[in-house]
Amino acid sequence: MGEEYKELVDFALASGVYKTTLTEKFKERPTWHKPYAGDIVSHLPGTIVELEVKEGDFVKRGQLLLVHQAMKMLNRVVAPVSGVVTCVNVHAGEQILKDHLMVRIEIK
Amino acid sequence: MADLRKDVLTLREKKAVVEMGGGEAAIAKQKAMGKKTARERIFSLLDEGSFHEYDLFVKHDGRDFGMDKKELPGDGVVTGTGTIFGLPVCIYAQDFTVAGGSLGLQHARKITKIMDHALRMKCPVIGINDSGGARIQEGVGALAGYGEIFYRNTIASGVIPQISLILGPCAGGAVYSPALTDFVFVVENISKMFITGPNVIKTVLGEDISMEDLGGARVHAETTGNAHFYAVNEDECFAQVKELLGFIPWNNQEKAKVIEPRVPATTLNINNIVPEDPKQPYDVRHIIECLVDDSKFLEIHKLWAANIVVGFGRIGGETVGFVANQPMVLAGVLDCDSADKAARFIRFCDSFNIPIVTLEDMPGYLPGVDQEHAGVIRHGAKVLYAYSEATVPKITVILRKAYGGGYIAMNSRHLGADFVFAWPSAEIAVMGPEGAANIIFRKEIMAAEDQEAMRQEKVKEYTEKFANPYVAASRGFVDAVIEPGETREYLLHTLKMTVLKDEYRPAKKHGLPPF
Repeated sequence: MGEEYKELVDFALASGVYKTTLTEKFKERPTWHKPYAGDIVSHLPGTIVELEVKEGDFVKRGQLLLVHQAMKMLNRVVAPVSGVVTCVNVHAGEQILKDHLMVRIEIK
Repeated sequence: MADLRKDVLTLREKKAVVEMGGGEAAIAKQKAMGKKTARERIFSLLDEGSFHEYDLFVKHDGRDFGMDKKELPGDGVVTGTGTIFGLPVCIYAQDFTVAGGSLGLQHARKITKIMDHALRMKCPVIGINDSGGARIQEGVGALAGYGEIFYRNTIASGVIPQISLILGPCAGGAVYSPALTDFVFVVENISKMFITGPNVIKTVLGEDISMEDLGGARVHAETTGNAHFYAVNEDECFAQVKELLGFIPWNNQEKAKVIEPRVPATTLNINNIVPEDPKQPYDVRHIIECLVDDSKFLEIHKLWAANIVVGFGRIGGETVGFVANQPMVLAGVLDCDSADKAARFIRFCDSFNIPIVTLEDMPGYLPGVDQEHAGVIRHGAKVLYAYSEATVPKITVILRKAYGGGYIAMNSRHLGADFVFAWPSAEIAVMGPEGAANIIFRKEIMAAEDQEAMRQEKVKEYTEKFANPYVAASRGFVDAVIEPGETREYLLHTLKMTVLKDEYRPAKKHGLPPF
């Protein structure tokens, strides 16, 4: 025991800075970014079945933007905010992956 | 042979056929993967000649898809009883050579029968998992089988030790039986555990991952914490199982077997392990080696959440569960994973009458958005719950840092510790000296001409006044400030003092730990 701990690093906590080792899990922890409420991102991979908006459209909160088929379900994706569609990054019939930016709405 | 009656010969022939499992070709394939056969595995674990097999002639239930014409020897699982250290155990081993060890209703019923037996006879149950999953041809019958196993895992939980060896694939619903048991053992390259496999993940999510990267032995030992023990081959795994069984009692009405006491074997000097500078790390396992008989410590979850160390050792011949912050990893902070690890272990000890010794040196909780969003509040609360709930003897030794919430959580007097000791190096305070000085003396520091000099002075002032064990000792929160070299003697004595400890809780159906 002990040999596996070679690289001591400075590790800052509220109570001070300590010499210690880091775990892989800690080193690979995700960094957080505040999401933009107008970015409509896919949470699952799937297929765009219907597309109801185009760039320049004004959409109201709750209005249907598109239908995204994923996990054998037809998921209605609605506008989370009211605003102007500034970017449509999908077309009907397109297969998309997870975390794909589908539509961007500039909040008005 | 010639003297034997014909009916006895017939029995022998029938047994020989079933004992060949899936036949020579399937066995050769199993061996090529570094795997033993189901029966070989059982023989490796049990005392020689002690295995007695039951339900050898059970036949499967499949009626559809041509299954009615298929013979599945033993229905793909070997079940029976035997002894380990001369004590009774119930055991089952899925046989991958028979229909991929797939689980149908009768296969499951063989398992539940032996589990029922273990629960009635109050002995441990060992499950060896090596199965492709539900036998699809049997449909809902296979699901019923899994459900009946999970139910028994739950009922037996905290009554008899349940041990799972993952010696092959264990996928889909099948993983929940091991997950409900007390200790899960995995072996490099052999164990595979996941709910949805790489193919489904690829199809549904587009994520490309190998079986090994998704749910191999290393992943479960290191990343998920689903596995408690990791071995490089099956023989090492069997040795680990026996080592564990050497430390724990056979059921919740007994205490672990007491063996001849031995002095610690280590050459380490307990006085020199903890550095004087509280910012310098050390390996807390060295302290444990100085405290336990023969310096033998069986670490559980060695590779996962290494910022806390848990495991079994003996003091004066009696099994003790250790929970120790590990300053060598992440400075010994509590976080989601280490809280889960500690809480689970504490509850095992409490269920099975094993006294708990806590060694404390922790600077606080791990800060971070990921931790907060992962629910460090409810995970951290599990430690408070587990310690407070436990009625076994609970002894704490504060080695060095004991700050804030961490001080409370690590089996403080306030959570019902029977004895709390502190070394002279202990710093028991609401927070570390730097943070505290910055808050308490903020005005003085801001007003000073040389702010840094003033800050240093105030940190020093706070350290001298509060970063010691004597303030807590003056309140009776610490029973005795002891020299490191006296620790083993204090533990020997207080473990004797608590041997008849009896503590009752209000009657309830069960508590609601923050799971």
